[in-house]
Amino acid sequence: MADLIATPAVTGLPLAIGRVTLTAFDPGPVTAIAPYPGRDLSAVLRFPAPGEVIEEGARRLIWAGREMAFLTGGPAPDLTGLAAVTDQSDGWVWVTLAGRDATAVLARLCPLDLRASAFPLGTSAKSVLQHLSVLLVRTAEDAFQIAAYRSMAGTLVHDLSAAMQAVAARAAL
Amino acid sequence: MSQSHRIPGKGLLIDRARPVRFTFDGRAHEGFAGDTLASALLANGTRLMGRSFKYHRPRGVMTAGSEEPSALMQIHEGAQQTPNVRATVQEIYEGLEARSQNHLGPLSFDLLAVNDWMAPFLSAGFYYKTFMWPRAFWEKLYEPAIRRAAGLGSLSGRHDEAVYEKAFAHCDLLVIGAGPAGLMAALVAARAGADVILADEEVRMGGRLLADGAEVDGQAGPDWAASVVAELASLPNVRLMTRTTVTGAYDDGTFGALERVSLHRAPGDAPRECFWRIVARRAILAAGALERPIAHPDNDRPGVMLASGLTGQMTRFGVNPGRVVIFSNNDSGLATARSLTAQGIEIAAYVDPRPIPVTEDFPVYAGAEVVGTRGRLGLRDVAVRHKGGISMIEARTLALAGGWNPTLHLTCHLNTRPQWDEKIAAFVPKPGAVPGLEVAGAARGRFSTAACLADGAQVAGEVLADLGLRAPDVPVPGAEDRPYGIAPLWAVDAGGRAWLDFANDVTTKDVKLAAQEGFRSVEHMKRYTTQGMAPDQGKTSNVAALAVLADATGQEIPVTGTTTYRPPFIPVSIAAMGAGGRAEGFAPRRLLTSDARSRAMGAPMIEAGLWSRPSYFPRDGETDWRTACDREVRQVREAVGVADVSTLGKIDVQGADAARFLDFVYTNTMSTLAPGKVRYGLMLREDGFVLDDGTCARLGPEHFLVTTTTAAAGLVMRHMDFVHQAFCGGWDVRMASVTESWAQFCIAGPKAGAVLAALGITADLPFMGCAPVTLGGVAGRLFRISFSGEQGYEIAVPTRYGAALFDRLVEAAHALDGCAYGMEALNVLRVEKGFITHAEIHGRVTADDVGLGKMVSGKKDCIGKAASQRPGLTEAGREQLVGLMPVNQGEVLSAGAHLYNERDPAVREHNQGYVTSVAPSPTLGCWLGLGFLKDGRARHGQVIRLDDGLRGRKVLVEVCDPVFFDPEGGRMRG
Amino acid sequence: MRIPCPCCGLRDRREFTYYGASVFLDRPAPDAGLEAWDEYLHLRDNPAGVTRDLWYHDPCQSWLEVERNTVTHEVLSTRPVVEARA
Repeated sequence: MADLIATPAVTGLPLAIGRVTLTAFDPGPVTAIAPYPGRDLSAVLRFPAPGEVIEEGARRLIWAGREMAFLTGGPAPDLTGLAAVTDQSDGWVWVTLAGRDATAVLARLCPLDLRASAFPLGTSAKSVLQHLSVLLVRTAEDAFQIAAYRSMAGTLVHDLSAAMQAVAARAAL
Repeated sequence: MSQSHRIPGKGLLIDRARPVRFTFDGRAHEGFAGDTLASALLANGTRLMGRSFKYHRPRGVMTAGSEEPSALMQIHEGAQQTPNVRATVQEIYEGLEARSQNHLGPLSFDLLAVNDWMAPFLSAGFYYKTFMWPRAFWEKLYEPAIRRAAGLGSLSGRHDEAVYEKAFAHCDLLVIGAGPAGLMAALVAARAGADVILADEEVRMGGRLLADGAEVDGQAGPDWAASVVAELASLPNVRLMTRTTVTGAYDDGTFGALERVSLHRAPGDAPRECFWRIVARRAILAAGALERPIAHPDNDRPGVMLASGLTGQMTRFGVNPGRVVIFSNNDSGLATARSLTAQGIEIAAYVDPRPIPVTEDFPVYAGAEVVGTRGRLGLRDVAVRHKGGISMIEARTLALAGGWNPTLHLTCHLNTRPQWDEKIAAFVPKPGAVPGLEVAGAARGRFSTAACLADGAQVAGEVLADLGLRAPDVPVPGAEDRPYGIAPLWAVDAGGRAWLDFANDVTTKDVKLAAQEGFRSVEHMKRYTTQGMAPDQGKTSNVAALAVLADATGQEIPVTGTTTYRPPFIPVSIAAMGAGGRAEGFAPRRLLTSDARSRAMGAPMIEAGLWSRPSYFPRDGETDWRTACDREVRQVREAVGVADVSTLGKIDVQGADAARFLDFVYTNTMSTLAPGKVRYGLMLREDGFVLDDGTCARLGPEHFLVTTTTAAAGLVMRHMDFVHQAFCGGWDVRMASVTESWAQFCIAGPKAGAVLAALGITADLPFMGCAPVTLGGVAGRLFRISFSGEQGYEIAVPTRYGAALFDRLVEAAHALDGCAYGMEALNVLRVEKGFITHAEIHGRVTADDVGLGKMVSGKKDCIGKAASQRPGLTEAGREQLVGLMPVNQGEVLSAGAHLYNERDPAVREHNQGYVTSVAPSPTLGCWLGLGFLKDGRARHGQVIRLDDGLRGRKVLVEVCDPVFFDPEGGRMRG
Repeated sequence: MRIPCPCCGLRDRREFTYYGASVFLDRPAPDAGLEAWDEYLHLRDNPAGVTRDLWYHDPCQSWLEVERNTVTHEVLSTRPVVEARA
């Protein structure tokens, strides 16, 4: 059988509205790592504390929930007996929201405290975006990577673009 | 008469270089940019702006702010037609169409004004007493007639298509109100480095500094305010929010606020309003105070205003009030009279019940009262009763200065009542009423400008200490510090009707009548008279009303108490609160990887939970669902069908204790499952009822894949998280949802193996086996399971390959005389096999009820096991799952119908059960039903009656085993 | 209402799912008898004052025991159910 062709998780991007852009982001393989109780993973990797994002070269370990981190930018390490490892590469759609009004756009949808003091650069948070459960990574003062469940990619883009339009139209008043 | 009533050179907020045209009741008017509807109409000499709620009395403008009770209008913006807009808040824009409300015929000759002549009969409680009988007349006659006569504006009846927004904000300190106290508080906090949000409902910040003519540090009040605002605007830690009213105080420092984003412009792309949820570590309420009128006879004529309303309209918009009579019981009214005189406005009389000295530049009537007014559609004369008798004084405006009520509403939103302060004859906030919310300035009864400035700075300093910040040394500027000098006067005793609540037409007589008839509690009086129940919520009138009630009942005001202030402080449109929640924003839509192809094949999509799923795949000539569904079922039974089943929840469970954990959540045993095998499993809730069912595959010794039903995927994940974290915390088990990671398709039918072969997969899996497979260069998983009763497989690939795989599967199926099948066929296939869904496991059935009692293992504990053995869940007489077939083959069955013995009437006492699922079976040539019947398993072969009262359907059905087709299961195992 | 999640910090209550009184953590032994199970499943205090109940922080999937006051709505403390049981 001929090879199956992959379909992108999201279509219709990039979008540039006002002072914000929304682009698709490909994190490459995503591996969920969930250490078993009491295990020391330090010989293999440093497991992030809540909200922490550990960057080691191209490899990132993003805190992604209770006792769970997402590894991107590298292959899944062998953690047999230390942690449950699950491939999450296909479970999520990732987008990047960036630009001067990115925080304002996100504040239309997300109840999180987005001030840099509460959500610093280089950290992650799990929260909700309108009705969607999301993982957020702040990659710059005004740039966020947002991951939502893949089947809801259309809703993610709809909600974000509606907020982008409203923020842009308000700025143009 | 274009803008004839403007004072040259006056008007802080208007831009005289930018005329703006608008219409009122269809007539063209002109105002200036910055005008409100009220100020523009007043500037054009229009005082009559509407009719009152009940008596249809002519009404004008009372105030210059959001507390306006009288000047309510309807704004016409197509579908966005908005009733009850406060003319004092709505800014005009080019082309704005406003209409007066609540009249029949022209505004100046309202036919319903007949109500006013009938006023003696229309007192409080009139409707309750009069329209009692005959009872049947209420709905058909009385209520429609009353609603026609009493009421405000109307909606368009169409969808409001405009953009509304909601947003979240966080800060260290929220300052509510930007008058002298709020500006000082914000300035001190901002200089200390706190994250400050300063919210004010006006277009320009400054509050009373923009209206009183007060000086601050030798500067004009507006100039001082502007310089503070400019500094705040320059600071990165300050967010200024104008046109934003904080509407409610909620738990843990959360506040609601409504921002009028673009209501001052013609509708366009920008949000009309934004509803903010502001989370603040601390907040300062500096919302100032609201002036109250004095109830005297005929105090509701257009031209009668609050003194603060008059100065507001004058200073902000340059409105010329004409000859003015001021009726005041305190020094702020006197100051207004002096200030107006200084500005060249003629004070025809200053009337004050207090014995004050009479050496002013205007006529002063000390120890006097206003006892009446004249002028049919607008004020012409004011009747003043003084020592020398009653004088009629000609005036165009009567300004009432009855004292000030601190704007303390937000402090009561968490259910605390305010306290009476005898010195200022007003309620003041109870300290600590809302945790984290302090009150400063006039909002806590400190009325002079100097006191407000000092209080703002002081309270900010205290709050900063709480926040761990050091208050900077900000000198408090000097300003007027005149005494208040109030001598309470709530109502003038002079006969006639004296209005308290202008919006709901409540007079002092109504309140007295309420007391007389026994409604002596303030809450009862309110409901009997409707005092304070209009859109303005009695902002200008509640305190006076309860003072009148206190007088009538012979109680003190503190004993009488207030009604409860609840959010929102001003009316909030539902559109703003629900912003983003319409149409596409109502709920997430989950799309399958097969979605595009299914739609291209013409499949109608239906909602299944949040998912869109294909209903059926019509072929040429198939004009209804039934034809397509019958064909799809036949093709599955005779050849092969493919369906997207990715919606099923998938939970990856790993760890040394994974098997032990699954034994605990499932009723049956999973630890004995061999790797490479799949087992059907049942989960109970702890109360013994069925939670969910699905399959569990053992992918490796310490690796399982649990599937859940589509509907319960989230619920089961949460449940398993609970069981794990609450009872198995130390175990070596970890779970991750992989629902979205895999696209999974069902291949069912005698030719299922051939479809796999076409994909290059040699399928030698035994029934209930699973194995990794590679197809098209991709690692996938193959399961041999069946929800159709045919030989069946489910094949899963990483989601990104789902669309491509579905295409291949459809092509392979078509080549083998098979098809893609949708939800309808899927349902028929499973009903034919008696497989249950959440139609059956609806939360009130046990494992035994659905015939799966044997799945509750006797050898181990599991969630729900103990409770499932309760007598009530095991005794005879429970309703059990049965199959139902019509006695006359052609008859249609319907879900939701109830079951009765053949000759019993269809009443509750005879109810034998109900139908949960039905399906037209092409395989058996009749409709089939699944349902629950009392002792059903013992009644196979009986004929009973299906009775669907909703559809008027009565069908005789035979009770049978729920597995209608291939009960031995040879086809799916074969 | 805002609830401090031990993982995520103070969060708006719209991120949480409520699950009832925390006595649900005290699961009786399988053979504890009908009365114990009935009490465990069905009997709940309804205090005007301090109470403990269970909340699920959906975004991070933590189950929490929240101690709060039903009169003042004050949230007094939270801890993961794992620790509440320990």
